[in-house]
Parts: sequence; structure tokens; C-alpha cells
Amino acid sequence: MTVIRRTLMAGVAVAALAAVLPATAMAQGTLRVVQHGNLTVLDPIWTTAYVTRNHGYLIYDTLFSADAKYAVKPQMVDKYDISADKLTYTFTLRDGLEWHDGAPVTSEDCIASLNRWAKRDAMGLKLWDFVKELKAVDAKTFQMVLKEPYGLVLDSLGKPSSQVPFMMPKRVADTNAMEQIKDYIGSGPFIYQTRDSKPGEKHVYLKNPKYKPRAEPPSGLAGGKVVKLDKVELVEMPDVQTQANALLAGEIDIVEAPPHDLLPTLKADKNIVLQDWNPLGHQFIIRFNHVVKPFDNPKIRLAALYAINQEDYLKATVGDPAYYKVCGAAFICGTPFATDKGSDFLLKSNFERSKELLKEAGYDGTPVVLMQSTTLPILTNTAPVTKALLEKGGFKVDMQSMDWQTLVSRRTKKDPADKGGWNILHTYSVSADVLNPIATSYMVADGDKGWFGWPTDPEMEKLRAAFSKETDLAKQKDLAEKVQLRALETAQYGWIGQWYGPGARRTNISGWLEAPVPVFWNIEKKG
Amino acid sequence: MLVFISRRLLSTIPVLIFVAVFVFMLLRLTPGDPAAVIAGDNATSDQVDAIRAKLGLDEPIWTQFYIWVSKAFAGDFGESFFFKKTVAELIAQRIQPTLSLALCTLVLAVLIAVPLGVLAAARQGSWTDRIVMGFSVLGFSVPAFVVGYLLIYIFAIQLGWLPVQGFRRIEEGFGEFITRLILPSITLSVIYIALISRITRASVIETLGEDYIRTARAKGLPARVVLLRHALRNAAVPIITVIGIGIALLIGGVVVTESVYNIPGIGRLTVDAVLARDFPIIQVVILMFSFVYVLINLLIDIAYSFFDPRIRY
Repeated sequence: MTVIRRTLMAGVAVAALAAVLPATAMAQGTLRVVQHGNLTVLDPIWTTAYVTRNHGYLIYDTLFSADAKYAVKPQMVDKYDISADKLTYTFTLRDGLEWHDGAPVTSEDCIASLNRWAKRDAMGLKLWDFVKELKAVDAKTFQMVLKEPYGLVLDSLGKPSSQVPFMMPKRVADTNAMEQIKDYIGSGPFIYQTRDSKPGEKHVYLKNPKYKPRAEPPSGLAGGKVVKLDKVELVEMPDVQTQANALLAGEIDIVEAPPHDLLPTLKADKNIVLQDWNPLGHQFIIRFNHVVKPFDNPKIRLAALYAINQEDYLKATVGDPAYYKVCGAAFICGTPFATDKGSDFLLKSNFERSKELLKEAGYDGTPVVLMQSTTLPILTNTAPVTKALLEKGGFKVDMQSMDWQTLVSRRTKKDPADKGGWNILHTYSVSADVLNPIATSYMVADGDKGWFGWPTDPEMEKLRAAFSKETDLAKQKDLAEKVQLRALETAQYGWIGQWYGPGARRTNISGWLEAPVPVFWNIEKKG
Repeated sequence: MLVFISRRLLSTIPVLIFVAVFVFMLLRLTPGDPAAVIAGDNATSDQVDAIRAKLGLDEPIWTQFYIWVSKAFAGDFGESFFFKKTVAELIAQRIQPTLSLALCTLVLAVLIAVPLGVLAAARQGSWTDRIVMGFSVLGFSVPAFVVGYLLIYIFAIQLGWLPVQGFRRIEEGFGEFITRLILPSITLSVIYIALISRITRASVIETLGEDYIRTARAKGLPARVVLLRHALRNAAVPIITVIGIGIALLIGGVVVTESVYNIPGIGRLTVDAVLARDFPIIQVVILMFSFVYVLINLLIDIAYSFFDPRIRY
């Protein structure tokens, strides 16, 4: 009896031990990725949040896409034709395009998708100023007819970052643009798994077996989107130290944007590789509130720009010069519209000139309210640098610290700074969002319709309109340069340096493409 | 007793009403606009205004309160601004991780802390007593996130015995479930072990000085029986009180532990909701916590009469 009891107990103990031991084998072909933030909104037309845009690239497809050199290439479109008068664009969809529910992608779906996108996106709104009508020719062909020639039709349809004109089924795209969609059917390379996805925990995407990639090799966001994984899981993990630990332990495969201070730890591990998947990086911005004193005075704005210099910001926020670049171009160094003309004074502080300008402008010493975000680590140190530099340049600065959510709420206020408003804020953009005068929201200068700070400058708007109508690249470049010079002349805002945030991946992951957006086609996972 | 319980349960109603009004007003007065957060960084003022109108946040505050309360009475606690899921659904998803973590922590804390406290009391002034009390001071002093990262470094990264992070539901397998709770439970229990062992020690020492203990010893009862059956039982009331307070504190403690170990529980839901100003979630979670606080206090009061028959309601 004792023997039987001992045997039984031993059996139970072994079974319990087996049950308790962690299962180390993970499903092969499942890529676990931690993004830079939690994915809460699943409608990429409704919000500009980058995590939502990334979700969009997984499940939706686009008519056009930007390749690695930022040239716009057809994606869902098989062929397109531009009439001689540049007023009619005819698009024909590729054969065999299907929604995840098996229905064919039609012209009507694309027209509805573009109509919804154009109600929310800045480039879409601008394009729609020129669009006379969108009409279906047949199930696979549709036309965009313009009122007058517009130079950025294809650039708008192939814009790489928020808000991307993703194609959705007509029944989904007919949703009011001010409401979120609730049906996540796309035609992209992955299928969203609503049942397995748990907000705040993970989002699950399965390979779309019916997806027909283009024949061309992948390049940036263009070319063949060949999926080499069974499943992608976007794991929600807000704590950056936990992200690094989980990557070191092999529990996740990719961290999209580890903070710069953790990069040396990750780099030192032989199983981890740092990869600069977004070679254009990001751009820091200093933004003035043009509608309240004292920055309603262009001379005072200019004085502020004379006081700052890019390198101080980059050293304070990023630190390692390997991950930043001093760059005088508003439209990002190394891209078609980049020029450093007129921007010398952004690179080197000139406190004397700043003081002179303040004197000329009659600055009365009222403190300017500088909002500091304390919850976005990459931005936290920008405001203290501004405070120090502006004070050296003759300003009085009242730096007010707050969390990012409070800052984004307060920046909508047009009240004077001492009555709950603001004077200066910092933000940053993915470089892909600021590649030309139309896409760059900080360049908009039509008052209330523009980005927070609401500059009004008819001359700037005239230049931007001319740029948008121009179809010749050389002339476009000339106009982009004029836009940059005008922005500097009126001190509309300041671009204060480019920085790069490499991702970190396990060494068994390969094929991560260089693009302005983290994309998961072409990626392979071994072992 | 039934009258007492009914009276106490009824008394939760004004508490919950007060909490509801207070939290609702506080959230509306806090800086931060969910519409601006939802719209994203590149949105224009017009887009933010449109979203604000869509969410009903442009209505007067009393109208918003009236709508929320009337729906809540009908059992509809609203929909998250961000997730587009009902608050009830989101909380239901997050209950299991938090309850599992809290329960494991409590069991671990009581199983370790009470014997340690009794041992320290029985050997008052000895090295055992000093070591136990030394650990207790340490447990109070070291923040949970430090303990967490330390345990992760040793047991997950260096030794590879346990996972770094995450949670598996019990229905996905008990092994996966429990291995992911070991480190978080230890992390969270450290402070409770410190607290409960200290109170147990003090309470048992006080009881050991009572006349009935001297009588029990004089009767010739073994020291173990005197200690466990007579001293510990009579020392139970303050220990239960501190365990009860501990449960209430646990609700706050899970927030940090859930972040360090990436456990998708109520704590993280609350933090995410606060950061995003997701008002419907914050309101319901705080109401729920208030109800749990009241309920725990009631259970503690009932437990008093079990351990000390002199206490009657």
C-alpha cells in the first residue's frame, strides 16, 4: 500500500513539475513585436497615431507606395494614365485583388476609401480642393478628374505616413469620417484577428493566404509584400526596461524603438542586433503660438530662433552623435526637396542678434510660457534647452512641466499664455511626414485651419499653392526652397535637428525592410 | 449579524454615490482632453473639436453627468473612448490577471509572514528575532519595482528559470499560468510580508504577557500549543486587520507590479486610462475599487467575531 502511495505521489509530483515548467518552445513563424506605444484606435483614417498607421500597413493595402528612394510606385494599381491636359487620372487595379472576406476589390471600394481619407488627411484635403469628381469606369478602373492641374496627385495617394490612404471595402469606407470603423476587413498581407486580440495585451494578425504580392522585389513600402511568417503579434508592453528584458530573454523578437539609453545594453548582447529601419529618422520642432503675445510679433519669433542651436538639443535628448544629425533642411537632409539655404542661424546660437531683435521689437520682458512634456522621454529635455538658450538670448521663460496628454490638450487653446494658453511647445515628426511643403503641417499658414500655433501668412500659402500645382520637379525644388526661406524669414517655426532611433531585433530575425514605417512582410524567423 | 451585514451593505450606497460624483467632477477638472489625445499629434484644432463633439465632451458638465448616471443605473457603464469596447467588457478581460496576482500574493504573504512573526515573538531578543525584523525593515524600504527588476535579472535573465513578463490565463494551462505569477507575486508580497510579520510579532508578544498564557503554561501545556493555540488565536484580531488593510493596499500595489511584469490587469488598465484620459474606464474602475474597499472592511469585521467570540454585532 505504501509503495503504491509513494508511486502515485511521485507520479503526481512529476506531472506537477511538467505542468509548472515553462513552455520554452514558441510557435515557429510567429513574430512578436513591441511597438513604441499601445495600439488603442484601429482606424488609421480616424487618428494620426503612428501605431494605428502601422496596424493599417498590416491589414490594408494602398493604391501607390513610396519606394526606398521615396519615389511613388503603383501598389494595388496595375497601370495608370494621365491625360495630356493633366486633368484626368485613370487608374486600373491589379487582377485578383480580394478583401479578407473573399469579395473582390472594386473601383467603388477605392472611391469610397479615398473620399473618407480626404475628409481627414491634410494632403487629402488639399488634393480635394482640385478634385472635380471621382468616377468608376468599370469594376477595376476608375478616374479622378481635376478642376486644374495638381502636381501632387500621386504623392498624395502614395503618402507613406499618417494618414495613409488605405483602401477599405465600400461598406466600411462609407462610415462617417468623424466616427471610428468597427469592421477591420482589408486586402493587405495580414488579416486582423479580432477574437484573439485583447487591447492592452496583444493584437494578432495572421498571414493572408490569398494575398497576391507584386512581382517586383520589395523596396521601402513599395514592391512585392511577400509574407514569410504565419503570424504577427503586436505585444503591448509599456515599460521600456521590461521590453529590453523580454528581448534579452527571447520572449519577443523585435522592439521597434528602444530608448537611446538602453541601446548600449542591447548592443552588447550577442543575440541582439540594432537595425536602423527608418534611415530618414525624425525631426525635432520648436513651435510658436502666433496668435498671442509676444510671438505674434515676427521679430520676437526670429529672436528666439537666433538664440537656439540644433546641436544643444540633440546632445541633450539623444546624446550619442551616431544617432543624430545637425541639418538645416526643413524637408530632411538627403531627400529631393532638401536645401540648407538660409538656415545657418538655426545651427549656431547668436545671442547678441537675439537681444538686438528683442530690443527692436520692444519686448517688455513678460515671461514666455514654454510647455514641457515629461512623459515622452525623447521630448523631455528639449524644453530645458530652450529655456536656457532663450534666457541667454534675452527672454524671460516660464517653463511649465506637464504630461504629454495635458500638453496636447493645452496646445489647442488660443487664450493668452497667462490665462491657460501657451507660447512655445516642442514636438517631433517622423521625417516621412515632412518631406515637402504640402505634407509638412507646420508649413501651413492659413490661420485656424493650420496646425497648433495657427500662423497666418498669405505669401506662404501662395508659395505652397504654387508648389502643389507645379508638376516639373526642378521647379518644385525651387518652390520648396522659397517655402523654406519664407518660413525662416517669418520665423514660422524651427526645425531643430534630426535624430534616429534604431529598432532592436533578435539575430534569428532577418529581412526587416528599411522604410519610414515598420513593416513585417519580407521578415523571416529562424528557429 | 444579518442586520449588521445588511446595514453595512446599505451604507455602501451613499459612499458609492459620493465617489461617483467626486470622481466625475475631478476628471472633468483635470487638465487633459481625451479628444486631443485621440486625434493624434498631426491633427488640427478643427479635427479635435469634431472628435470632442462626437464624444459628447462639448456638453455642459451636468448634462454629461446626468447621461452617465442614467445609463449607469440601467447597467450601461459606457464605452471606452479609445478601445471602442464597453467598459464592462474591458474590465472583465482584466479581472483574472489582477485577481490571480492579488490572491497569490496574499497567500504567499500570509503563509510566510505569520510563521515568521510568531517565530520572532517566541524568540524575542534572539538573533532569529533580529534577522526577521531586519528583513522586515528591508521589505518596507525597497520599492516594488527595484525588487521586481532584481528578481527578473537573477531568475529570468541570468538563470532563465522563469519568464520575464506576461500573463497566461488559467485556461491556457496551469503550468504557464503559475510560472508567470511566481516572480510578480514574490515582488508584490515583500512589503506585505514585512508588514504582517511585524504586526504578528508585536501582537503575539503582547498576548504572551497575558495571565491566561501564564495559566496555560502552569497547566503544563507544551510551548508549541501555548504559542499556536492560545497566543496566536488571541493575537489574531490585529493581524486580520492588517491583512485586510494589506488587501486594500494591494490594489494600489498591483499597478507597479503589473507594469514591471507586463501583466494586463486592472492596474495597467487604470494607468493607461488615466494617461489617455479615458474617462469612462477611470470612473468605473474607481467605483469598483471603492466597493471592494467597503466589502473588505465588512469581511474583516465579520472575521473579528470568528476569532474573538466576545465580539458580537
